[in-house]
Amino acid sequence: MKASMSWLKSLCPTEIAVEEIVSRLTMAGLEVDAVESASHEFSNVVVGEILSVSPHPDADKLNVCEVSDGTDRLQVVCGAPNARVGLRAPFARVGGLIGSDFSIKEAKLRGVLSQGMLCGADELGLSDERDGLMELPATAPVGLDFSEYLSLPDAVLEVDLTPNRGDCLSLTGLARELSVLTETPWQAVPCPVIAPSHETQFPVTLSAPQACPVYVGRVIKNVDITQPTPIWMVERLRRSGIRSIDAVVDITNYVMLELGQPMHAFDLSVLNGGIDVRFAKAGETLRLLDGKELTLADDVLVIADQEKPLALAGVMGGEHSGISSTTRDVFLESAFFDPIVIAGKARRYGLHTDASTRFERGVDWQLAQRACERATALLIEICGGDAGPLVNTSVAASMPSAAKVWLTDARIQQQLRVAIEPEHVITILESLGCHVTREADGYWAVAPSWRFDIAIEQDLIEELARIYGYNNLPVSLPAQALSMASVPEAKTPLHRLKSYLVDQDIQEAITYSFVDPEIQALLGDGAPGVRLANPIASSMAEMRRSLVPGLVEAVRHNVNRQATRVRLFETGQCFVQTESDLDQSEHLGIALYGQHDPIHFSGVRGVDFFDLKGIVDGLIGLNGEQSLSWVPGTHPAMAPGQTAEVRLDGERIGIVGRLHPRLARQLDLPKPLYLADLHLDPILRGQVTAFKAISRYPRVNRDLAIVVDDGIQWSQVQATVRSVSDSRIREVQLFDIYQGPGIEAGKKSLALSLSLQDTESTMDDATIQAIVDRVISALRAEIHAELRG
Amino acid sequence: MNDLQAIQTEALRQIGAADSLQALDEVRVSYLGKKGLISAQMKTLGQLSAEERPEAGARINVVRDAVNAALEAKKLGLESEAENASLAREAIDVTLPGRPSHVAGLHPVTRTLHRLNTLFASLGYEVATGPEIEDDWHNFEALNIPSHHPARAMHDTFYFDDGRVLRTHTSPVQIRTMLSAEPPIRIVAPGRVYRCDHDLTHTPMFHQIEGLVVDRDISFADLKGTIVTFLNRFFEADLDVRFRPSYFPFTEPSAEVDVQCVMCEGAGCRVCKNTGWLEVMGCGMVHPKVFEQTGVDTSVYTGFAFGMGIERLAMLRYGVGDLRLFFENDLQFLNQFHG
Repeated sequence: MKASMSWLKSLCPTEIAVEEIVSRLTMAGLEVDAVESASHEFSNVVVGEILSVSPHPDADKLNVCEVSDGTDRLQVVCGAPNARVGLRAPFARVGGLIGSDFSIKEAKLRGVLSQGMLCGADELGLSDERDGLMELPATAPVGLDFSEYLSLPDAVLEVDLTPNRGDCLSLTGLARELSVLTETPWQAVPCPVIAPSHETQFPVTLSAPQACPVYVGRVIKNVDITQPTPIWMVERLRRSGIRSIDAVVDITNYVMLELGQPMHAFDLSVLNGGIDVRFAKAGETLRLLDGKELTLADDVLVIADQEKPLALAGVMGGEHSGISSTTRDVFLESAFFDPIVIAGKARRYGLHTDASTRFERGVDWQLAQRACERATALLIEICGGDAGPLVNTSVAASMPSAAKVWLTDARIQQQLRVAIEPEHVITILESLGCHVTREADGYWAVAPSWRFDIAIEQDLIEELARIYGYNNLPVSLPAQALSMASVPEAKTPLHRLKSYLVDQDIQEAITYSFVDPEIQALLGDGAPGVRLANPIASSMAEMRRSLVPGLVEAVRHNVNRQATRVRLFETGQCFVQTESDLDQSEHLGIALYGQHDPIHFSGVRGVDFFDLKGIVDGLIGLNGEQSLSWVPGTHPAMAPGQTAEVRLDGERIGIVGRLHPRLARQLDLPKPLYLADLHLDPILRGQVTAFKAISRYPRVNRDLAIVVDDGIQWSQVQATVRSVSDSRIREVQLFDIYQGPGIEAGKKSLALSLSLQDTESTMDDATIQAIVDRVISALRAEIHAELRG
Repeated sequence: MNDLQAIQTEALRQIGAADSLQALDEVRVSYLGKKGLISAQMKTLGQLSAEERPEAGARINVVRDAVNAALEAKKLGLESEAENASLAREAIDVTLPGRPSHVAGLHPVTRTLHRLNTLFASLGYEVATGPEIEDDWHNFEALNIPSHHPARAMHDTFYFDDGRVLRTHTSPVQIRTMLSAEPPIRIVAPGRVYRCDHDLTHTPMFHQIEGLVVDRDISFADLKGTIVTFLNRFFEADLDVRFRPSYFPFTEPSAEVDVQCVMCEGAGCRVCKNTGWLEVMGCGMVHPKVFEQTGVDTSVYTGFAFGMGIERLAMLRYGVGDLRLFFENDLQFLNQFHG
């Protein structure tokens, strides 16, 4: 809502400075976003009149005008195409100043003396458009100071109103509020009853009284639509951000700004039979003022005549029934529409109008008749015409009723922790328009007809707090019984997991949860993601199924910026639609690309699968003794033979592998990229340590070198050793893999270290050898291992 | 006698002249070996009388001990020289770079969230979370935002074809918590939220943290005190805080909170648009309709809720000027937030 200070002060004549007014409004919840000047600063500008115009002797596009500034006749060189005899326009005298640095001096323009400047509206900051000299009415008093003529300088407040304060979408509403905040009485706009000069009425039927319980109409005949809108009104509209259209439309807009009642004017000659305020029949069409053709649904309220819809109630008029240059007789509408019926309808049709903004939030339901009187008076004053009788059609049973709210002293004290004197409570609420009755332990407050946001006790508490001043209210901390939070030890805190990864020099990333469907298809497992109905861009149209697409994009972003080493992780929800449900569980994604370490003179190497595997194994280790199983896996986006499915307690928790080189090439990643996508919950699950007795006897190591087929996996070797089932075998470690001279092709040599320990005694050589022999025979039997000599 | 003295003198001279451990050993053998000169002296003792023998033996022992001591000292000296020479050969340039052991960093949003969680945990708040794809009821209806409400237009919601939405705020977690837990409730709900808006100062995804306290006798003063304390702790400064009446459908009374500009300390600058104040969060007393939707007895309990944007706080805390940096994941940006 834009409001001119001069207009506002005409309704609430306070002497308080603009800065203070801005502060008070803002601190009362009517946030002033900006204060702008209604024009450039200027001085010594008066209403001038052109007395004569003759061509400049040496310039085709210039004229030499004689101008009266009310006292002198002055010669002025002017290039405006609309300069003509008799035109009144703002005239900057010699010695005047426009803006901060443009001073008007006597000058010769192409050899001809010019004693001042005739001004365009743009030059004075009254318009953004350059359109010749500003044409003032013939009644503008020549010589009058132009600032005085247009009530300048003036500040325009841009008030950012919250949706509950529809009552402040008018100068009257703001004046009412300002009056409370400055303790200055406000003055209501007089709306005297206009006596009819003829008896013509236009019938009105309220077929949907719940949606429209009041409809005030009036026929005004013989309106002269060619009359210009007075400049003071054009200026006030302009300062509120509304362009002048024609006098009738300007008057309805003016009354809306002044009082808060959106109005509509129909051309009576095209109306058929009578007005019916009804819900649309599904499929009915209506062409709006802006030319848009709508097909209506049956929950949309329309203003119709006997034939067809004329206007979208509370939103916009129709093209066919509006005021045109041929209009003689006008039918004025001033009505109340239920906010819930109007709400959302404008948005549904992609519209956003001054009327819908007000009706959605609630328009004073006792205002329609006064607004109609006010508009009638202005119309007759400006365009002439003969007013018919004002017809107020209403359905009493469907009228809104004033909310009557009970507020207790105890509640005020409990919520605000302050005892406000009863007289003070009453003053505040009455100043806001409530009708208040004091009872023994509280108040009955009847909300004013313009406040749609006062329905319960808390609403009154807010009003009290707001006017009392939020910042004058006391401050405390909640006094609550102490309680101790539970700290589940079996679960790794997410923060611990993140710290671990950060300590592995892996940087946390946060990528968008919506991804490019094409990238997701490229990097995914073939299943589509959940699609947004209204994505912000086609590259953000699908919810991620894993963290891989986002991380790959983040790696690419950095590789494109010359990074040679990129290590990223992310945690967050991923979205997988299953047949019955939408899975929104948290994932952990890791991406390792390029060098394993930062450059060092001792040498660098590229990152590989085992780097990532080690990191993932370490993650599981955070939760105590658990081990993952790594099973060769396949994935459409991963390199075959370098991809593993990760299982924890038999449950598949994710996949780790190298991005398929074909995709890496396609995505301009010259080096291998290793990726992990894991479900987070199983990783964070663990168990509380259960102590096991430690052995006091020495641990011995025995090394074995075995030769096996190339196809034998390490996990098979481990399983075979484990199959010996001897608790004294504590660990089997692999310390070398060899292929080459001395080893037959298709075979490999593995060097194992067995770690043996007994909890009961020191093992002697014979015992140790016996265990080793059992391991060897198991390896021979299960995986056809041979001992290497 | 003179012989013995001459042997000692000559031995000590030869020891002094030895320039390697091998040469030294040759000297040792030539004096103390089986055929060495001192050993030969010992053999002459047999020719002496029993009375003379002890004295002569003692004299030889003195010489032998002196030579032995000189040998040992020389040996240590030579060994030490050899080690020094070896160390000199092995000397390194200690100014060369160490083998890298870098630690990466948390995303500034996570870092800020963790800080917030820690601050509120110290007041007894627990962390609650919820789904990001929400139904209309949890995101809007239960929060007193019916479908026709003008506030819906302010939310720029992302929809799915089945009517579900990407949550526009973390407030649905309030609803889920009140439905599943009995008061007293003290939670913070951090997480991702989504608005269909993308320009210089808006990203379609960002993070919020929501706080909720429900208990007997919770007041607006408690809300104010909690917020003021929090902001001072978060910014680690004694900042002015002001509350402006505002409107949220799920709180009444509602307030916007401004903190004295942390960049200019209230003097006015580009960041605070010369107002000296920064709008940092919204808050209010839980609306009775929200309690009704979630079955909280309004005759017994009152509560407050607050919500704020994490990126906004992180930008102010770390002086980041461009919101979009948070989701570009450029390492030059991320690397600045250590550990």
